[in-house]
Amino acid sequence: MSALLHPIVNVALLTMLVLLALGIALRRDLFSAAIYAGAFSMTMATLFLLLDAPDVAFTEAAIGASLTLILFLAAMTRAMGSEKIAAPRRLMPILVSLLTGAFILYGAQDLPPHASPAAPIHLHVAPDYLARTQEEFGFPNVVTAILASYRGFDTLGEVYVIFTAGVAILALLGGAGTAGARRRKP
Amino acid sequence: MDNALQILTEDYNAIIATFLMMIGLYIVMSRAHLIKKILGLNLFQNAVFLFYISAGKVGGGTAPILTGEAGAIYSNPLPHVLILTAIVVGVATMGLGLAIVLRIHEAYGTIEEDEIAQADIADDTRDEDRE
Repeated sequence: MSALLHPIVNVALLTMLVLLALGIALRRDLFSAAIYAGAFSMTMATLFLLLDAPDVAFTEAAIGASLTLILFLAAMTRAMGSEKIAAPRRLMPILVSLLTGAFILYGAQDLPPHASPAAPIHLHVAPDYLARTQEEFGFPNVVTAILASYRGFDTLGEVYVIFTAGVAILALLGGAGTAGARRRKP
Repeated sequence: MDNALQILTEDYNAIIATFLMMIGLYIVMSRAHLIKKILGLNLFQNAVFLFYISAGKVGGGTAPILTGEAGAIYSNPLPHVLILTAIVVGVATMGLGLAIVLRIHEAYGTIEEDEIAQADIADDTRDEDRE
């Protein structure tokens, strides 16, 4: 992609993300909000592709955009699908969000410039991974090599988390005899 | 002022990630509906993903899939791996959150936070009356 077009597409996609996020925040009808969330994830996947992360883009499109949306829609068919209009708390959340954002932006002043090759993140272990992958594994995809081998324990931990979440979901929704019970009485 | 302008032009990605995070935080705090809160958390999470992937970008680089050409520039693969893991873990924890919401709906008949609190208070006063 040409050097001129790249920043323009980047800014356009980021602006679209903000609009979709505002859509999620403002829609009271949860079905619409969930569809906005799906569109948000899909836009995010496109942006990941632009930022040189095709593996992440695939995962975001498959899991973030579709699986998450399906889970939300499935939950909404079983529980209420629309918010009440009354929203008494407005000012405090806005203040806290603005304050948090201000602190983060203040801290962001120390970030290295976007896409700078001299940023500390690019000088640590990444060059080593890039240099050794071809010779040690014989395939070109560095992300796969790190995921499955160099940082394989991370992926193992991920599998544990998914397993635990699956067991917990089964325990919450699959158990007979707890239906309708609000709390354990002593 | 000059510094602020520089940040705005060079770190647009970080600024938008912060802004998305703020919207997510606002949804979590201001909305009483539990599914909406989880949508907000999802948004928050995606903002963090955006920040990481933006940090991994190298100007003029390509995706970290080796082409074999000498002197090719690749973006940093490490944030990609971390975020791949985070996306999958994120959907698992979000599924768990939705399961808890469904269980709450089953027990209380509502998933509006204030109505749940009212039902709890009503329960407590009934218990005290019985004692």
